[in-house]
Amino acid sequence: MTVPVDHAVGQGVTEALRVRVRRGDAVAEYVVPRRANQTVLDVVTEIQRDQDPTLAYRFACRVGMCGSCGMTVNGRPRWTCRTRVAAVAPDGMLSLEPLRNLPVVKDLAVDMEPFFEKWRRAHGYFEPGENPPDDFATVEPDSPARQEVDAGIECINCGVCYAACDVVTWNPDYLGPAALNRAWTLVNDVRDQDRDGRLAAVAGDAGCHSCHSHMSCTEHCPKGLSPTFSIAGLKRETGKAALRRFWRRG
Amino acid sequence: MRASTTPPMRAGLIRASLRRPGFAAALIHRLSGLALALFLPMHFIALGTALQGADRLESFLGLTQNGFVRTAEWGLVCALAVHMALGLRVLAIEWLRYRERTALVVSGCLATAFAVGLLFLLSGA
Repeated sequence: MTVPVDHAVGQGVTEALRVRVRRGDAVAEYVVPRRANQTVLDVVTEIQRDQDPTLAYRFACRVGMCGSCGMTVNGRPRWTCRTRVAAVAPDGMLSLEPLRNLPVVKDLAVDMEPFFEKWRRAHGYFEPGENPPDDFATVEPDSPARQEVDAGIECINCGVCYAACDVVTWNPDYLGPAALNRAWTLVNDVRDQDRDGRLAAVAGDAGCHSCHSHMSCTEHCPKGLSPTFSIAGLKRETGKAALRRFWRRG
Repeated sequence: MRASTTPPMRAGLIRASLRRPGFAAALIHRLSGLALALFLPMHFIALGTALQGADRLESFLGLTQNGFVRTAEWGLVCALAVHMALGLRVLAIEWLRYRERTALVVSGCLATAFAVGLLFLLSGA
């Protein structure tokens, strides 16, 4: 842990950080010294190690790769390992809550099962088909499909977009931005053999057409992805698929 | 550590999630749509009076010559303009893959709507 200096915190700020943590129905308050380059995850870890070992939270990599440290920080869902205290708590006040729209296991740890269950419902897995080709598929880096995949492929499954989404709050069955973004990358994967099945899976009542384009997912995504535009792509493709079915039937 | 049982953070969380410009755009889009939907039956009633003769229509239109209806008329023009502008925004996102600056575009939509409302007022309506 770094020494308690404040040269990176900025001038005119307090040296102690007041932290309020939601723990079930109660709110616990802690005071943590501010440190240079301190992240929100550092604060939670310091509380858990030095002040209250019963505090539950989740993290793994600490470098923005694993997507397990998502929390609601001062009202906004964020990845806490890459969120600096100086950027989000200039007044020395920090409120921490579990991610929205997911069942709380304890304190700041949420159950991600509903999130990943929706990935499965959206067919968010690669489907090689019954007879996969023997040779590698040739995918041009500049092809439009590859560009669409590139735009959404860096998702780390942190659940921040899912917590930010108002439609998930209103309709708990809604597949959510992350699952739909994943489905969109696979719809554009030329090797995948389940395009029609996937489009049917995301076209239901709780699928892509439920998106209201609030753009909260795009605004909050820590990786800078735009699930809103992935969902818009799915809306276009499911619309075209419906027209094709109608045309064949007619 | 000090624990309290009051949940004072919930309000902050809700406020933060609703402060987003995209949410404001969706809310205004729906409310203006509701206002237009409420107006339509009254519009058809007014047109329907014409079927019973010009006098009936004229007498009905005479009822609308007051400040309240005039103000509501201006509100209706604004609602129509804002509904159209925000609808075009949604179409641009979904069909033109427009990667917008949400706050700027939503502000532009609202400004356009009020400009249309102002033009309506200046036109002497």
